[in-house]
Amino acid sequence: MAGDTIPRRGFLVGVGLAGTAAAAGVAASSPASAEVPAPNQSSATEGAAAPGNREPEPLLALNEAEHAFIVAAVDTIIPADDLSPSGSECGVATFIDRQLASAWGGGAKMYRSGPFLRGKPEQGYQLALTPREFFLAGIAATNDWTRKTYGKDFDRLPASERIAALTALEEGKADLGHVSARQFFNALLTITMEGFFADPIYGGNRNMASWKMLGFPGLPATYANVIDQYRDKPYTAAPQSIADFS
Amino acid sequence: MATRLKEVDAVMVGMGWTGAIMARELTKAGLNVVGLERGQDRIPGNDFMLPNLRDELRYAARLELMQDNSIDTLTFRNAPDEFALPIRRFGAFLPGEGVGGSGNHWGGLHWRFLPTDFRIRSVLAERYGASAIPDDMTITDWPVTYDELEPYYDRFDKLCGVSGKAGNLRGQIMDGGNVFEGPRSDEYPNKPLKSSAGALLMAEAAKSLGYHPFPIPVSNSSAPYTNPEGVTLGGCQYCGFCNRTACEANAKASSVVTLMPVLRADPKFELRTRAFVSRLVYDKAARRVTGVVYTDLRNGEEYEQPAGIVVLSAYVFGNTQFMLLAGIGEPYDRATGKGVVGKNYAYQFEAGAAAFFEDRQLNSYMGAPGQLVCIDDFNGENFDHGGLGFFGGGYFAGGSGGSPPIYGRATPHGTPRWGSEWKQATVKWYNHFVRFNTQGSVYANRDNYLDLDPTYRDALGRPLIRLTYNATDNDHKMSRYLLEKLEGIIRAMNPTSYEMHPRPKNFTIVPYQSTHNTGGTMMGSDPKSSVVNRYLQAWDAHNLFIQGASVFPQQHGYNPTGTVGALSYWSAQAIINQYVKNPGPLVHA
Repeated sequence: MAGDTIPRRGFLVGVGLAGTAAAAGVAASSPASAEVPAPNQSSATEGAAAPGNREPEPLLALNEAEHAFIVAAVDTIIPADDLSPSGSECGVATFIDRQLASAWGGGAKMYRSGPFLRGKPEQGYQLALTPREFFLAGIAATNDWTRKTYGKDFDRLPASERIAALTALEEGKADLGHVSARQFFNALLTITMEGFFADPIYGGNRNMASWKMLGFPGLPATYANVIDQYRDKPYTAAPQSIADFS
Repeated sequence: MATRLKEVDAVMVGMGWTGAIMARELTKAGLNVVGLERGQDRIPGNDFMLPNLRDELRYAARLELMQDNSIDTLTFRNAPDEFALPIRRFGAFLPGEGVGGSGNHWGGLHWRFLPTDFRIRSVLAERYGASAIPDDMTITDWPVTYDELEPYYDRFDKLCGVSGKAGNLRGQIMDGGNVFEGPRSDEYPNKPLKSSAGALLMAEAAKSLGYHPFPIPVSNSSAPYTNPEGVTLGGCQYCGFCNRTACEANAKASSVVTLMPVLRADPKFELRTRAFVSRLVYDKAARRVTGVVYTDLRNGEEYEQPAGIVVLSAYVFGNTQFMLLAGIGEPYDRATGKGVVGKNYAYQFEAGAAAFFEDRQLNSYMGAPGQLVCIDDFNGENFDHGGLGFFGGGYFAGGSGGSPPIYGRATPHGTPRWGSEWKQATVKWYNHFVRFNTQGSVYANRDNYLDLDPTYRDALGRPLIRLTYNATDNDHKMSRYLLEKLEGIIRAMNPTSYEMHPRPKNFTIVPYQSTHNTGGTMMGSDPKSSVVNRYLQAWDAHNLFIQGASVFPQQHGYNPTGTVGALSYWSAQAIINQYVKNPGPLVHA
């Protein structure tokens, strides 16, 4: 497939390929969108001042193809709509890349002695793979499956087929060979939600988009003085991140 | 070869709640005490500060304060004929690590067991006939009564500055408190937390059905409070983040807040962190433990710390593992039912519900997870079990608030888990739901126990503890009954929609359920059926005292920490008043 030779990162920021990107259903997810703050802006409250055309965040754990997969996945799980920008516009792909590069992604605080046996679902995660290794295996297996099923890597699919593909993973109907589709999907969903809702200091939830969407004020010093007054009444406060206090 | 250190009067293995209580009591009595802790030191003014404490990813998702599975974990299986596999990362329960232990991240729910809980086997036999107790239900009476423990419950309440409202003050039943509780010698040190909007809805509905709602007792100071140690706790800030993390206001009680400031200033106490105790040194002939061996994780050196008194104050699994490794007491043999170490492991059977209220504004992010209202009408022997086909029970709690967004979102059943429709429902319901929980008992069963795993080892090369546990038919029936009654309350709250969350048939090691593990070194009235006597003294090593929920004979329908703290004060009192003067068995078998 000729499309697979196109560098994905250029592809995703729409450099010279805006038409193709739109056809692949990712144009709305482009990190070049004017609402997205520059990578080094610490406070998302300054998001409005973001310049229009910037390089994407540098990658720490994922290669470009893996990153493209993650961008496409988080934009399918969290599509842009009236409530929030897309997952990648909110930095969720950046979040996932950084988490996989973190001590957690490398299997810190995880018991990794063998023997490694399959076990029952009741016994929880039993693989030798670290989260980083597991995600990379899941991405590769999903792409193998979408190539077989749709003729393309996951990130090259139109939105409707991406939804169908993720649904097949979620329901365990996609045969990912040696990787459990359900297990991979659940891990992907969990880390996407973490990135969307965590404090923006980790690279996701840019501009505190999910907190604004929910009406979650982020970090209060205290509610002791308002808890009675706002019992069963709407309370509004501009959200604040850890970065705003640091 | 371990370097032999100078003998001390007493050594603590683990510096969470019970290590700190015991160290404080023994140093006060003039003993020199060393506290060994394999995790890091945790100092509120340095480690538990704003803004970084308000980080749901770090604390709730990445489990900053929890035990490091890479150096020590346990294996798990549902039944004795299965192959146990290691818990590679904790899920169902989350033991803490470092100074303060699980007391740093607990929710603070602070309860006493019922007077009848302490005599449960006898009470069931009196009420329903001894033959009504199933053969495989290995529950026993505690070797201590509520009345004996009451002064120590009271001491622990005052240490923590518990917020609540008495329902039974010296026998007088008090409206607004828990009318089912045992008589308290004193009112709670602090007034209850302000109830959340959701909790008030539940209280109203429960009352309309003739139940007895009251604000849940919680070790989360509702106002600034100075405890009898002279340490001042702050008032709760209702910040919403306290689950799985500590408290920068020092309102949530933990040993690092309530006791460590005093211990740190005491020259009779020495804290050694990153000291990973590998074994007890047992002199079987003398029926004494002469000390403990530990590895200093900072230099890899091994040390032997001799001590006159050894206190096992690790978590449930660690306490049991030390006993099995040292060969103190007979290991439980499930096939014959003989032996005691590892016997009567129990858990907490929690099942819950969620209700959605379109027209209520419940501000889910605001408030403490302990801002709950509960009822105790269906706990223990507070209700008649005649004809029900099960024993046990639990309290119900409900409320809104304390729900930051990674874990604190709720959407009605049937909502997609992702996509635009998921997002709409998430926004619609985030500030409009009430959560409920039933804190069910787990009555010990002969098939649920701890032993040493034959395959997997920890970072020091020791066999891991193997947990064999499944939910019993009795406990499932109990839980279904509680959910049925809870559903009645929820209906009376008139929600837009609601859903009940019964537990699946098999216990699973994920997702999170409760950190209330109990048993393994149970207390009792004779050495054939228990590991420690009524003063928590090991039957087979008179200078060894085991603390914490590992001594519970079974788990009742309440959070365990209140009883854990009371038992430590009770045990300390016996050591100081009796053992130090005349070292030897405090109870003669």
